[in-house]
Amino acid sequence: MNRMLAIAWKEMIQARRDRLTMGMMVGLPILQLLLFGYAINTDVRHIATVIYDQDHSAESRGFVRRMEATGFYDVVGHVDGYEQIGVALRSREAMVALVVPPRFGAEVEAGRTVQLQLVVDGSDPQVVAAATDTAMSLASARSSVLSVERLQRLGQPAAAPTQVIALEPAIWYNPDLRTPVFIVPGLVGVILTMTLVMFTAMAIARERERGTLEQLIVSPIRSTELTVGKLLPYIGVGYLQMTLVLGVGSWVFDVPIVGSIGLLYLLSVFFIAASLAVGLLFSTLAKTQQQAMQMSFFFLLPNILLSGFMFPWEAMPAPARWLSTILPLTHYLRVIRGIVLKGASFAELRGELIWLAGLTLILIVVVSMRFQKKLD
Amino acid sequence: MEDPVVAEGLSRNFGKLVAVSDVSFRVHRGEIFGLLGPNGAGKSTTLRMLCGILDPSSGRATVVGFDVATEPEQVKQNIGYMTQRFSLYEDLTVEENLRFYAGIYGLSRTERRARVPEELDRAGLTERRDQISGTLSGGWKQRLALVCATVHQPPLLFLDEPTAGVDPVSRREFWAHIHRIASAGTTVIVTTHYMDEAERCHRLAFIFRGSLLDIGTPTEVIERRNIRVGVISTPDVAAAMDLLTPHPAIDEVAPFGDRLRLATLGGVDPVALAHEVLGAGPSVGDAREVAPNVEDAFVAMVHSEARNGDGS
Repeated sequence: MNRMLAIAWKEMIQARRDRLTMGMMVGLPILQLLLFGYAINTDVRHIATVIYDQDHSAESRGFVRRMEATGFYDVVGHVDGYEQIGVALRSREAMVALVVPPRFGAEVEAGRTVQLQLVVDGSDPQVVAAATDTAMSLASARSSVLSVERLQRLGQPAAAPTQVIALEPAIWYNPDLRTPVFIVPGLVGVILTMTLVMFTAMAIARERERGTLEQLIVSPIRSTELTVGKLLPYIGVGYLQMTLVLGVGSWVFDVPIVGSIGLLYLLSVFFIAASLAVGLLFSTLAKTQQQAMQMSFFFLLPNILLSGFMFPWEAMPAPARWLSTILPLTHYLRVIRGIVLKGASFAELRGELIWLAGLTLILIVVVSMRFQKKLD
Repeated sequence: MEDPVVAEGLSRNFGKLVAVSDVSFRVHRGEIFGLLGPNGAGKSTTLRMLCGILDPSSGRATVVGFDVATEPEQVKQNIGYMTQRFSLYEDLTVEENLRFYAGIYGLSRTERRARVPEELDRAGLTERRDQISGTLSGGWKQRLALVCATVHQPPLLFLDEPTAGVDPVSRREFWAHIHRIASAGTTVIVTTHYMDEAERCHRLAFIFRGSLLDIGTPTEVIERRNIRVGVISTPDVAAAMDLLTPHPAIDEVAPFGDRLRLATLGGVDPVALAHEVLGAGPSVGDAREVAPNVEDAFVAMVHSEARNGDGS
């Protein structure tokens, strides 16, 4: 009994002295609670929507107003043509587009059935259901109101079907709403984050632990030669992993690769650089490999939950979205899904790339300020 | 020609802790210079400042003509550095380690190709060149670490406790090698707390609690302590120690098996004193005076420092 208590006592003292472990014991449950609480929310609201109104009637404007009033759609702009809908969806300016045909108002007035089209970005299947269901019920509710009005006006039962406004969903990019199509490209980003951050953080912590870092610091090697030399092999590792996941994904899970592979490989360098910089930052903070590992794990959690990899970004409350904006993965997911699933072009991804490049730059500045060829 | 190492008033604090305080010395070319002191005295901190990897809090030092605080990279180009941890990549082979360090020090491909086998051969490592470094014994690791630290043929070599954890035979071989390097013109600065190793240096600096207590050749340092040492055999070492220790003329009594090593101050004859305190007859066996060594000098210096410290 005494012996057992002696072990328990020693264990408690060690846990208390190891501040990072202590922080994780207390911080991790709270972090998990907040992250899961915020992230697991599939009530998608405020879906960015563009309107392609070919009618410009009171009726069409009324329908758009009622859509906005539900809180599910935020109208972010008006477009002229399907080409522009494609651009809006690929650049993630919008996830939904409402297409109103010409003479919509007049046809409804005349009591003839008219079809509205709701174009939905299928690359995130969880958004699709919320987007189409609400619009469909709006269409049938409006149809009922219109037929009652018509009944009152004409004073006779309508011979025509009551559903005057029909809504036809058109799902682009992942028409079968298959989950692998959504998950596989995202997985590339998650795996790159996991391995690159952890490998770099541990690689330098290992040198510190074994005393070889001191030997390197005392040599005439420059900081940039040391860090870039250290990172180069991992850039190769990153590309290898990416090729493997995409290759197996398209071969086994039949994930289509719509866009340009060359563009994807070119743009991925931003994300790989950002991940390596995060790893380097951890390595300047961690004294041991174990600490480097703990930090990487801590970092991975919000990446998986908040980046949009598992749960729709659109469903998250504002604080979670702000936090996710500073995670490189959030932006990379949009880049890789944009290219692989939607065939997005460089110009359409510009916004995300600016974010990625900006984050990388900030990280590199912070790291080079912290990473000095001195011991203290 | 200017001395390869000049330290003037070198100090370093870590927060409130004063690790090194106002240390000044010069090291001449081709000399083996020992920094001697107990653990935590500030030897390694001094060495790290001289290597340009730790900034001095105050004071300055030049190493091969470059200022350690403002030109650390030029300093690094001209020094070799080896620590007690040997800093080898344990998962690389002997040859891979050496090739790596040759690359780090900027040796060109052709230089590397010529130098690596040459150095391996000189250190007697050729047979083991494909062995994984982690599986080498302490002595071999030390040899490899030394070869790695000197592959760029620096004019100045820093050794931080280079023989820790190495067997006596390897230690002797190591010191023989250090002397060969020094006689070829390389200046060597070595820290140690092994007193027998200190005696192998050309000159010594004693560092205690961050301060430099004395500097000179081993003989000079010993003479300045003004102590006499006797070795006395006695049947009851513990009882004899208790009797001798309180005597004011005695600086130190240390047991060695069935003998005592006795150091006296003020020129007092240790043998006569032992007879006087312990009485004649069977309680004192063989007793004779011996020459004081560096360890005696070091202990005397620490005691004197403690007395001065108590007085102030």
